[in-house]
Amino acid sequence: MSQKELLKINNLKQYFPIKGGVFGRTVNNVKAVDDVTFTIYEGETVSVVGESGCGKSTTGRAILRLDEPTAGEVEFDGTNVLGLNKKDMRKMRKDMQIIFQDPYASLNPRQTVRQTLVEAMDIQNVVPKKDRANRVSELMETVGLQPHQADRFPHEFSGGQRQRIGIARALSVDPKLIICDEAVSALDVSIQAQVLNLLKKFQDEMNLTYLFIAHDLGVVRHISDRIIVMYLGKIVEIGDKKSIFNNPQHPYTKALLSAIPVPDPDKKTERIFLQGDVPSPIDPPSGCRFHTRCPFATEKCVEETPELRDEDYMDGGHQAACHYIREIESGEHKPTRDTSKVRQV
Amino acid sequence: MKQEENILEVKDLRTSFFIEGEEVKAVDGVTFDVPKGQTLGIVGESGSGKSISALSILQLIGHPGKIVGGEINFKGENLLDFSEKQIRQIRGNKISMIFQEPMTSLNPTYTVGQQIREALKIHQGLGKQKGTDKAIELLELVGIPSPQKRVTQYPFELSGGMRQRVMIAMALACNPELLIADEPTTALDVTIQAQILELIKELQQEIGMSVIMITHDLGVVAETCDYVAVMYCGKVVEYADVRTLFKNPRHPYTVGLLNSLPRSDVDQEELIPIKGTVPPPHDMPEGCRFAPRCPFATDLCHNHLPELKDVGDGEQIRCWIYTDEWDGDPEVKVYEPERTSENK
Repeated sequence: MSQKELLKINNLKQYFPIKGGVFGRTVNNVKAVDDVTFTIYEGETVSVVGESGCGKSTTGRAILRLDEPTAGEVEFDGTNVLGLNKKDMRKMRKDMQIIFQDPYASLNPRQTVRQTLVEAMDIQNVVPKKDRANRVSELMETVGLQPHQADRFPHEFSGGQRQRIGIARALSVDPKLIICDEAVSALDVSIQAQVLNLLKKFQDEMNLTYLFIAHDLGVVRHISDRIIVMYLGKIVEIGDKKSIFNNPQHPYTKALLSAIPVPDPDKKTERIFLQGDVPSPIDPPSGCRFHTRCPFATEKCVEETPELRDEDYMDGGHQAACHYIREIESGEHKPTRDTSKVRQV
Repeated sequence: MKQEENILEVKDLRTSFFIEGEEVKAVDGVTFDVPKGQTLGIVGESGSGKSISALSILQLIGHPGKIVGGEINFKGENLLDFSEKQIRQIRGNKISMIFQEPMTSLNPTYTVGQQIREALKIHQGLGKQKGTDKAIELLELVGIPSPQKRVTQYPFELSGGMRQRVMIAMALACNPELLIADEPTTALDVTIQAQILELIKELQQEIGMSVIMITHDLGVVAETCDYVAVMYCGKVVEYADVRTLFKNPRHPYTVGLLNSLPRSDVDQEELIPIKGTVPPPHDMPEGCRFAPRCPFATDLCHNHLPELKDVGDGEQIRCWIYTDEWDGDPEVKVYEPERTSENK
């Protein structure tokens, strides 16, 4: 893997104001993304995982400035994305594309596939006008559709086919980075596998970089090089796929991985049951945000916010935001309360 | 089939939708048994008819849908012979159901307590005070903290996981003998899903009820079910106990599903998808419904529909490969185990 830094995110914050009162003043903020920093290298796939409300989709949208971030820096290929004016930002999006979750809602129902694809090329001015018809046919074939289907409307396609159209649209402008926001979540497994294989193939052929936002850890394990685990707007653990799956360090990552049902009736896993729900991001818990559900939480976790850090036994680039990484690993720090039960399933 | 008592036997169930004069066969001759005290999983992709099969059991099919044939034998009595009044005695009492979307299946204008009390009033004649006491007891049973407070709250005041717990409490109000869970955890996050599945399992052991678990998630099936029926295009294509299904799947569709599944527990070199897509309901293939996507299909498969046949050990398969009529490669190997490499 080349080690060129393609996308650098520094201290990204995305707060959504809650207006209230007679004068519509901002009474509070939903801290959807709160101080997130990471780097993506060219040609790799980085997945952002977490449960609903953890800020994974918001992060993706903030990078493309689909929602204007509250604070922080986004640097793409050496350019400060947040400093660009509207016109330059539009040009920038040629290199940064997004595929959305709902393939039906993200296509214009009144446009044929051809119109959708040509519109993208038109805006970015990437292919000479006379070659566009050929390019459309080529794109259709690339994503496994028939060129003659280009003159159909979105409703004439199945869910899997629509998602392919979404991919074709993203590819039509030759991007460097594609943000896949739950791009395969709405698809049945047999179709999902087709689309995942397609995405992998394009990555190899066109040296694409993916930021893959997903909640399905099976999909994530299959497609990622590195993984970011988020909880309530913050990164709790980051590392390459092997480190995260084989050697998770943060208690939340451990619980998340142990909660996934495994399609093997003989496999006995030790399941950590977290109690309760994810707290509201409006008034997130103090200190470590996971302390309300964490089996290992102490007074220190309530007061001090842990930073991402590593221990010498962890692989390079693997970091977790927990005060007790080493102590939990060595068994020195025992669960402090009975907020979760561990049992053999 | 092993000598066990079946609480429910569904035979050749057919449910169709009549749209613009055309008959769309959503459930097309479905047969399965639910052994007493056990969990049957029904898996399949969208449009396979798994939810419609479940709704048919309680006759919750509205216009333009209609149950057009078959038998639903619950403890030896065919529910399809029952009058609407008789069915009401069963619904929410002997057989109850939980749905995928806990928000849309709860009435937003009634408190949690009122909704739980409704079933208790209808089936057990409990008054307001007794009903409320029982509702609190039920909320406690499904693990809702401070049930006295929650019983007076409305659904919007609860989180997704809590709402699903309320749904379960309602379903359990009359100690049902059979619980039908239609994608009960699909809308929930994994850590919450783990809690809910565990809860259903615990309650099953406690009350001794049987469960039909409808899901598209093969992980959920492996963890919660004893028997599995795999559905494709309105038909059961494979029925087996859960170990057999995962260790030695035989129908090419089941194998295809397992091969396309990205797994979180092992590293996989590549996913092997099933080619093509599910045929539209108004344009079903004449022969085996899976033939156009099946890597082994022959002329026989394309032209003639195979029957769901016993292949021994209580396993049933709808596929020509496992019959004497098979005209393709006699050595055909549908499943090659150990495709995935274990790590660790």
